[in-house]
Amino acid sequence: MDQILGNLSLLVEFPIVNLKIIIDGVMIGALFVLVAYGLALVWGVMNVKNLAQGDFVISGGYVSWWLVEQGFPALLGVPVAFIVMWGIGWVIYKLVISRVIERDLFTSLLATFGLAIMMAQILNLLFGSDTQSVDLGYETLFFADGLITIPIAKLIGVLMAATLAAAVIIFMKSSRMGQAIRATAQDARAARVMGIDTEKVYAFTFSLNSAICGAAGAIIVMVWLIQPFYGISYSIRAFVVVTAAGLGNLPGVIAAGLGIGALEQFGAHIFGIGYQQAIAVLLLLLVLIFRLIQQRRQRQVLK
Amino acid sequence: MKKITMLTGLMAGAAMLISQASLAMSDCGEIIIGSAISLTGKYATNGVHAQKGYEYGITKIKENGGVMVDGKCYNFKVVYYDDESKGDRAATLAERLISQDKVQYMLGPYSSGMTKAIAPVTEKYKIPMVEAEGASRSLFNKGYKYIFAVLSTSEQYLASAIALAAEKAEASGKSASSVTVAIAVENDPFSLDVRAGVLDDAKSFGMKVVIDEKLPRDLSDMSAILTKVKLLKPDVLVVSGHSKGAATAVRQIGEQNIKVPMIAITHCEAADVTGKFGDAANDFLCSTQWSETLAYEDPIFGTAAEYEMGFKSEYPEYKSKKVPYQTAQATAAVYVFKDAFERANSMDKEKVRDALSATDLSTFYGHIKFSEAGNNIAKPMVLRQIQDGKYNVVAPSEFASHKLNWPRM
Repeated sequence: MDQILGNLSLLVEFPIVNLKIIIDGVMIGALFVLVAYGLALVWGVMNVKNLAQGDFVISGGYVSWWLVEQGFPALLGVPVAFIVMWGIGWVIYKLVISRVIERDLFTSLLATFGLAIMMAQILNLLFGSDTQSVDLGYETLFFADGLITIPIAKLIGVLMAATLAAAVIIFMKSSRMGQAIRATAQDARAARVMGIDTEKVYAFTFSLNSAICGAAGAIIVMVWLIQPFYGISYSIRAFVVVTAAGLGNLPGVIAAGLGIGALEQFGAHIFGIGYQQAIAVLLLLLVLIFRLIQQRRQRQVLK
Repeated sequence: MKKITMLTGLMAGAAMLISQASLAMSDCGEIIIGSAISLTGKYATNGVHAQKGYEYGITKIKENGGVMVDGKCYNFKVVYYDDESKGDRAATLAERLISQDKVQYMLGPYSSGMTKAIAPVTEKYKIPMVEAEGASRSLFNKGYKYIFAVLSTSEQYLASAIALAAEKAEASGKSASSVTVAIAVENDPFSLDVRAGVLDDAKSFGMKVVIDEKLPRDLSDMSAILTKVKLLKPDVLVVSGHSKGAATAVRQIGEQNIKVPMIAITHCEAADVTGKFGDAANDFLCSTQWSETLAYEDPIFGTAAEYEMGFKSEYPEYKSKKVPYQTAQATAAVYVFKDAFERANSMDKEKVRDALSATDLSTFYGHIKFSEAGNNIAKPMVLRQIQDGKYNVVAPSEFASHKLNWPRM
């Protein structure tokens, strides 16, 4: 308790720290946004709740790390991870996901849960259980007497995440495939009637999600660390963000992702870093309770 | 069912007869030892280090004439099972080793957690276990009688850093009690012990602990703690969180340009902080059970440095890196078994257990002598500092080969 009060008083005593925490939070939140957007896409279009989301992220990280180990420049890792994970996503769709789309909720949850375990173990066998990271070797920018630190590597990561998000948004809005995906999400049967090959749309959507995750992972390995079993923490955050924001609500996903990133950092500062993930889950609970109350008031039914 | 057990019993008997027969003809018999160890899962890296340590020990002992019991020579053979880095699996496998494979002796698994899972099983069946990778002090306060650990217990890992900080404070004209300490450890048995040791020592010097935080298991970002470190400016920062803790600490402390006069962490080699982060790792203090520069030796493995060289020629994949202490202590565990068998001069597991408990052995890994509880009380922990990318021993002073860089950077 003393420690919590002490931590709070630090925030008051050094107001600039609040800004630092928000900046740190937003930088990690940007990656949550990417992962969550992919999840929302798959969830909305084919009603598959992908529990292996975080493991796609980690796989992308390993693709990039492996590339750097072979002597390629680190920034190349992001596009390559995007492409490689696209391919892996497509294979996984054909092997597993295409068989569970029409099934009930449990089947897809179980299938993707199994997938998550398998991917983590395969990564573990391939690359070992050590934590890995890629060091870009860039400088750090200091502001406010060195209290605010922005490593250039992180800045690059966030910019890449933003660029990717923007590209995906434009693609969804203006391309034929993007339109087809949105049509399928709205009503798959109607889309089929209108001549949209929904099977192709599903495969494309799942691959796109996998690729987005892969790129996010490639950014994460440049800025933080990866380990074969770290996927679950990204999966949890993605679920929190999507639940908070709702499907098909892109501004919501962005706001929720950045917000959760910042709130987690605040929570870690006040209650101790051990509670960082607990705070994400707590937020999920609060959001669910709030949603339930909201829905009851509007006399809606849960589907 | 009964028939099957009888059949296997008969077969085992027959096999034993055959092996007895072949014993008379060939040179050496076999002593079967069981081990459940993490070959997959999150501890796989260190689990494999340990397994290679066992195997290297067995090979070297074989080359040096094997284990002499009652005038006959024997070689060790280890039956391994993969515990997948899961405690419940480790306990099940220990049961299986003892009741199905009928092993009479065990070598430990990797990590305190796995050892904790196995120890009740080996106690139940009264199977002597020499373990080299479980340092948690909770292993040695349960009254276990069949567990023997060659390594120093975990509360000693970073405690010497506190003594070193006190020494430095006094040398610069301040009192030891003016030193402030920041602690960030993972929430697992091993790291909590490390923390307890640091807290005890800090208390005995009257130091103030200004930060005391638990790191999450899936740690990849500790900037929340580092911000506080920046604000509160402690004199010592202690981080323990296995490889990921070491990697995260070194990376983010460098990135955020945290200036603390002394930073002590565990698992530097396992995280390969010098290789991955280069200069950012300079002046970190790393605790280690063993270092190849120490002046320990024994007749089989030679000096610590010779052990390192010998191991590298046997396992060329370690050529470019340091042989981790996890490997060295695993080898030492095998050596302790050899010594105990020879002194017991018997295959009776109770006699071997008594011989183990009377161990008083100089090895390349350090002196080994067990307390009543089974932990090694004869070997100190060593602190090394990373100086220009090299690990140099700086404490305790009787082993120090280099001077401490203080304050760092």
